[in-house]
Amino acid sequence: MKPASFAYFAPHIVEEALALLAEHGGDAKPLAGGQSLVPTMNFRLAQPAALVDLNGIDELFYIREDKNGLRFGAMTRQRTVERSPLAQRHTPLLYEAMPHIAHAQIRNRGTIGGSLAHADPAAELPALAIALDARMRVRSATGSRWIAARDFYVGLFATDMRPDELLVEVAFPDLPPRTGWAFDEVARQHGNYALCGAAATVTLADDGAVERMRLIFLSVGEGPVEAAQAQTLLTGEQPTPMAIRAAAETAAAQDIDPVGDIHAGPAFRRHLAQVLAARVLTRAARKG
Amino acid sequence: MQLNHTITLIVNGQQYMRSVEPRLLLSDFLRHQLGLTGTHVGCEHGVCGACTVVLDNEAVRSCLLFAVQANGREVATVEGLSSGLHPEQLHPLQIGFWEAHGLQCGYCTPGILMTLVPFLRENPNPTATEIRDLLSGNICRCTGYQKIVEAVQSGAKLIQEGSS
Repeated sequence: MKPASFAYFAPHIVEEALALLAEHGGDAKPLAGGQSLVPTMNFRLAQPAALVDLNGIDELFYIREDKNGLRFGAMTRQRTVERSPLAQRHTPLLYEAMPHIAHAQIRNRGTIGGSLAHADPAAELPALAIALDARMRVRSATGSRWIAARDFYVGLFATDMRPDELLVEVAFPDLPPRTGWAFDEVARQHGNYALCGAAATVTLADDGAVERMRLIFLSVGEGPVEAAQAQTLLTGEQPTPMAIRAAAETAAAQDIDPVGDIHAGPAFRRHLAQVLAARVLTRAARKG
Repeated sequence: MQLNHTITLIVNGQQYMRSVEPRLLLSDFLRHQLGLTGTHVGCEHGVCGACTVVLDNEAVRSCLLFAVQANGREVATVEGLSSGLHPEQLHPLQIGFWEAHGLQCGYCTPGILMTLVPFLRENPNPTATEIRDLLSGNICRCTGYQKIVEAVQSGAKLIQEGSS
């Protein structure tokens, strides 16, 4: 239960971190909050040759308003988001879901960018980022690019980033008018990894029909899973209890392919997905 | 074997300078290099909460931090809570735990206390639900938590009486 040895670097500016990542290739890992990386190192499931500690890079800690919404520096602590009036106003879904992420002691240290880049299929933030149409800005020693959240996740613990790239910023746009939101999850114990979770945004048209919706699950696939068929089914419909129930059934039966583990089998995960989908869609439609 | 780093940090108000290997966890640094064995080590992967310490006014898991990351920072451990070894010198929160039987074996207690100290500064009069929510990050296998919740409420009251 002790990590293997590694070389430690503590840069103060992003350029220095990027140069270190370029120099070490895939052998170096960026260290953000460390709430997932350090446990895997303690178990020696990860044995990076070098760690580039981002905690001393002040320019990566911020929450800023811009004309489209909010921008979070990648090192913004989850606890900072949880306490941020700006986050409450601009990204209420994110704000509401923050207390579901692990325990307070973990959120004190854990960062928004670290969780997004770690791409744990059971994590809340990747699902929320897709539900809210967030965009990630990644930088390397040679350039910078934006990636839409829905293109960012490419598999189990895998993102579209190259080893020399660093997630530096996440932009969350404001919700469109007449848009409701909701998040819910089921965990064995509060703060544990969720057995299943669901995030929804629902935009209503003037006649009350669903103009646009997003339903994203966590813990039922290799990454966050968008319930594409359920979204198609409910779009254009009035969000009646019957229509929401049909969408939730479709989501659980057709949009996900959960695997079983010691915590829950596939059938139970499907059941949870259906119940949670109906709950979040109902709440989101009511707020829209 | 990687090069050691020299770190300077303040623990419970006292400054220390030590040479550490990067892979040394803060929990092991506190226990083995500084001899502050009040910080307990349970699971070493961030689940049990026994190793919780206060880093710059926030409760964190010391098993998920490297000692080298505490360079230039301020750490508080359970040893810093009481002003001496006599019962009347205990921190009011510790008196609360004593009086309400908030511990049995005591293994989880330091982590629970260090979780609560910054929390009670922010929220001096928490409800039982808020206490249970906060302590979901600390595993206790003896008490069933009921006595801990009572201990926190009694300790919170003593802190408020002491500061008024």
